[in-house]
Amino acid sequence: MELTSTTTVTTPPEEVYAFWRQLDRLPTFMAHLEEVRATEAGRSHWKASAPFGWDVEWDAETTDDVAAQRIAWRSVDGADVPNSGEVRFVPAPGGRGTEVHVTLTYELPGGALGKAVAKYFGEEPSQQLDDDLRRFKQVIETGEVIRSDGAPWGKRAREEFPQHPARPLSDEERKEVLA
Amino acid sequence: MKANCWISPNEVEVNEVPDPAILNSRDAIVRITSTAICGSDLHLLDGYVPTMQEGDILGHEFMGEVVEVGPGVDRGKLRAGDRVVVPFPIGCGACSACQHQLWSCCENTNPNAGVAEKMFGHPTAGIYGYSHLTGGFAGGQAEFARVVLADVNPLKIESDLSDEQVLFLSDILPTGYMGAEMCEITDGDVVAVWGAGPVGQFAMDSARVLGAARVIAIDDVPYRLEMAASQGYDTIDYSDTDVRSALLELTGGRGPDKCIDAVGMEATHGATHLQLYDRVKQAVRSETDRPHALRQAILSCRSGGIVSVIGVYGGLIDKFPAGAWMNRSLTLRTGQCHVQRYMRPLLGRIERGEIDPTRVITHRLPLAEAPHGYDIFKNKADGCEKVVLKP
Repeated sequence: MELTSTTTVTTPPEEVYAFWRQLDRLPTFMAHLEEVRATEAGRSHWKASAPFGWDVEWDAETTDDVAAQRIAWRSVDGADVPNSGEVRFVPAPGGRGTEVHVTLTYELPGGALGKAVAKYFGEEPSQQLDDDLRRFKQVIETGEVIRSDGAPWGKRAREEFPQHPARPLSDEERKEVLA
Repeated sequence: MKANCWISPNEVEVNEVPDPAILNSRDAIVRITSTAICGSDLHLLDGYVPTMQEGDILGHEFMGEVVEVGPGVDRGKLRAGDRVVVPFPIGCGACSACQHQLWSCCENTNPNAGVAEKMFGHPTAGIYGYSHLTGGFAGGQAEFARVVLADVNPLKIESDLSDEQVLFLSDILPTGYMGAEMCEITDGDVVAVWGAGPVGQFAMDSARVLGAARVIAIDDVPYRLEMAASQGYDTIDYSDTDVRSALLELTGGRGPDKCIDAVGMEATHGATHLQLYDRVKQAVRSETDRPHALRQAILSCRSGGIVSVIGVYGGLIDKFPAGAWMNRSLTLRTGQCHVQRYMRPLLGRIERGEIDPTRVITHRLPLAEAPHGYDIFKNKADGCEKVVLKP
């Protein structure tokens, strides 16, 4: 399964590249990622959780890294859901900032795990990635994912309508969404 | 705190709800000193805007005193104690739209952008108290409100102007002004304005300030036409006058050079058969908007003129007069107001006495009487033009 999405941000390519190169920032805007941390040169450990209804962890290696242009990675042997990703940074014409083009590829396994992953991505798999990139844009342009009273969950904004009413959260609700 | 909540179509209620708190680091909490009911709130009241939910706090015109700022707010720009007017669209100031002064099209402030995008092709900005389609932000018909990206959006009021003089900088004064500005008024222009509600009145005032030779108000509510006439504008009552003929008569047969639709999706007049057609289609939601004022503005405008649309549309319309628009070289301009673009210059015009926003206020009510305010505003009862609520 291949997902693609793209967005344009006003930030210059060098800064967008520097942002993505710190892989541990990806979980701030990618809904399904719990944690990414660099382990050794060119290697990282990834942990995905809640939305899959499944804890999945894997190690990945960086396969390409060209400053201000491209970063690519793929999971190393033994991942439950073998996957790879690529992000390209292209200067937008006329000083319009940076086009960010992302491709994620998942090799869906058979059995219950494969079904759970397919169900998570739903009928429009790229919608998840579109939403991730929308949040990435919020983070790089405004500093964080914008929360409303109706959609207060930040990157976990996967609640179906109806949402929370557009009125302030109770103390308990606020603690939960900010946890 | 107390807040005016949408319950179901044609039902609002002042309820006790939790106080707002900081959710994002650049938030501020504002203690509201004045707030208002907007004509576009009536579209929500009537149930014509999808994604309203029971308990949503209404209101996108509000001002007050900052009582708390989040840790990420630039203290050089905003701090507790500041008196602010809050613009209704939430901008980020950093995306391409905001950098081009298209604040109501901000690319970052609508957490429900994925839904908005499906309806509108591209998402639009978050708006306070204006359905979940525009983000699900609690509104300002309340005692307190959470203001998002607070170091970018609110306008600080540092002079001793009264609340009533500056409150409408939040929406209706900039909206009316943008309607006139989009007309690119030149010497000798006659500007016709459909709708003599508060936004229409401010579009008229703005057209005059921007140099219109003559301003014509079109409505069917006698007190609203009188309010326009009291400012020296010509008036046409469409309930007893053929609008197109009257406009030709007033313009030496040329037609108005510029036309402003300050009515939007719930226009209530027009040829009987079309009115019935639109009402039935809107009732079954196969047409979401009744566009009669827009049709009439397009047919009335002189060739090569500009039709400027500030009345709110939400979805789809039928029988758009594309032939008149195309063959007579008309320009159609529109947009939800980019309020942040206009707040400061319009504050200057208020300070210099060029525009008096208080002239449209007919009712001042405590917040607890918001449902009554909605009732008289919707039904044009008791001479209601504009309701200001005091929390």
